[in-house]
Amino acid sequence: MTLKTILAGAALAAGLAGAAAAQDDPVTVGFVYVGPVGDGGWTYEHNQGRLAVEEHFGDAVETVFVESVPEGPDAVRVMQQMALNGADLIFTTSFGYMDQTIEVAEQFPDVKFEHATGYKRADNVSTYSARFYEGRAIQGHIAGSITESNIIGYIASFPIPEVIRGINSAYIHAKKVNPDVEFRIVWAYTWFDPAKEAEAATALIEQGADVILQHTDSTAPQAAAAEAGGVYTFGQASDMAEFAPMPRVSSIIDNWAPYYIDRVQAVIDGTWESQDVWHGIGEGMVGIGEITDAVPAEVKAEAEALRDSIAAGEYHPFTGPLNRADGSAWLAEGEVADDGTLLGMDFYVEGITAEIPQ
Amino acid sequence: MIALERRPQPSQAWSAAAPLLAVLLTMIFGGILFAALGKDPLVAIRTIFWDPLFGEFASFSRPQLLVKAGPLILIAVGLAMGFRAGIWNIGAEGQYILGAICGAAAGLAFYPMEARWLIFPIMVIAGGLGGLLWAMIPGLLKVRFGTNEILVSLMLVYVAEQLLAAMALGTLKNPEGMGFPGSRNLKQWVSSANPELIAGTGMHWGVVAAFIAVIGGYVLLSRHLLGFRIRLAGQSPRAAAFSGVNPNRLILVCLGISGCLAGLAGMFEVSGPAGQITIDFNSGYGFTAIIVAFLGRLHPVGILFAGLLMALTYVGGEVAQLTLQLPGAAIQLFQGMLLFFLLAVDVLTNFRFRFGRREVKA
Repeated sequence: MTLKTILAGAALAAGLAGAAAAQDDPVTVGFVYVGPVGDGGWTYEHNQGRLAVEEHFGDAVETVFVESVPEGPDAVRVMQQMALNGADLIFTTSFGYMDQTIEVAEQFPDVKFEHATGYKRADNVSTYSARFYEGRAIQGHIAGSITESNIIGYIASFPIPEVIRGINSAYIHAKKVNPDVEFRIVWAYTWFDPAKEAEAATALIEQGADVILQHTDSTAPQAAAAEAGGVYTFGQASDMAEFAPMPRVSSIIDNWAPYYIDRVQAVIDGTWESQDVWHGIGEGMVGIGEITDAVPAEVKAEAEALRDSIAAGEYHPFTGPLNRADGSAWLAEGEVADDGTLLGMDFYVEGITAEIPQ
Repeated sequence: MIALERRPQPSQAWSAAAPLLAVLLTMIFGGILFAALGKDPLVAIRTIFWDPLFGEFASFSRPQLLVKAGPLILIAVGLAMGFRAGIWNIGAEGQYILGAICGAAAGLAFYPMEARWLIFPIMVIAGGLGGLLWAMIPGLLKVRFGTNEILVSLMLVYVAEQLLAAMALGTLKNPEGMGFPGSRNLKQWVSSANPELIAGTGMHWGVVAAFIAVIGGYVLLSRHLLGFRIRLAGQSPRAAAFSGVNPNRLILVCLGISGCLAGLAGMFEVSGPAGQITIDFNSGYGFTAIIVAFLGRLHPVGILFAGLLMALTYVGGEVAQLTLQLPGAAIQLFQGMLLFFLLAVDVLTNFRFRFGRREVKA
């Protein structure tokens, strides 16, 4: 027996012992949340994903979470604490945790990290995000069809690609069914602030908007619309079904559970690898909440057909011909946007008259 | 009958004992709160106060205490100067943001030049100056037009937050950031980084500055004429006026010192632990420092301990969230209790209980 085979044998034995230990020990999965689990939107849905993991794996998996973690040095500390306390896999669920996730991942090469909505990866850092713009296409279609004032209000959060993509997707599909449609965009500069969101909704309604789309997470705009009467809204991040059938006529639901279960399983199986996923309606990461009867039956049928064709991969919401707002050509007839452009989107499509704030 | 009676002199003993009693009461009532949430109160208290210092991962969390306490102490020492003189700068959060913006902007103007000896000092000066100038707005308005510095400085926090968002999304946005908000990472650029000075200690230049501020603040208050004037103005504005204190100059000096220190704290934070200007870069240090200043009895050495204690509740609170799954709001409530009990116990510094029937004087 040569030294090489002895070493190989020892390595194999150690590997088996490690695997055996991993079998006995429950896999610990950590979640870092940017908001409180009761926010009813973004963090709430991530926590639903965590609960689904617990339910699916039972005793084989243990989950821990820390909520309302500010995006900055506090996030570094929380992730380090989780890693030290034995987490095998950590989901960091906000864009603002990007550099912090990379930093901690370097310190703990044996711990796997999953960062939501970012673009920086490493051997032990994956990124995942959802193609919410697919849901926006359906919203735009419904909004363009049901508006009577032809003014659609949009409560935007921050002028980042994610939000701009949503505005563009909604606008393209509203315009398709209603050439006279006009978008009024209000920037709230927050993801979650019920008072500000209600104020923005009221301002938009006063300007004549009879459909309100929102990229903020609270139900305040729904309440404002209900009070005004005759104004349609869509649930954001969460179904917000308590406002159905009016004003909420449908919703975009973040459904992280299948992905979370998948990745935890990969860690258990030892097959986890760094990857970059951007899933949409087809994979089930983006859910479309039930379209209520407040929407005419034929519009509902069209919207569902649109949803199904996007899910099947037959139709891409950004299909040419499309021009940029400055009039320059973007996509030729039949051309489909590439992911790189979509991920860094910093322009409106032609027809939106507003300016992106700088 | 129990009645409260004003003491002829504030009690020295109670003044010193109040923070300790407040901490004790917070532990007791916090324990009751945790028990009501179904957690073992003793374990919870131990997790928050003991584990970060002496627990299994203490070698990791002890440096974190310094990282967290550094900016709190730096800001609170500055605030205490003003509070002592009766000048209420509530807007340290805004001055902290402006310090970070100015410091980062001054550094990034030179990107990617490699000249740490030049760029880092410029950033420090720009950060301090940024906070100082932002504090001059309420200062000059008060001196010139008699506006209320509490309101003006507080309102300017919201202005600063909007400015911060505009910087993260526009002027200072990382050109290589694929359109995402946030500046370049200052920590990853050798000329601007504010790194850990000795590995594993958490010591960075901001913590060093905090220690210098504590010593400087102590010397200023106890040995320097300005310190005497600050104390005099706070205790008796009339006496201060007679002894030749120029109240307007004092207002500007106090706001200037606190603004400058808050600005420095922001600058050291953005180039060190935080690393970059982001939309929500500020995480409430400027407001928490107000609690720290009072918990430390507006005394620099007291503030040093109060800052460390506050940091302990943050770091320990996170450990408790993680290991005991205590809700985040319970930890915040716990921190709030600390100030509440401090203010409650503080009554005894100036008042005392009288038992029995009040004497009726003829």
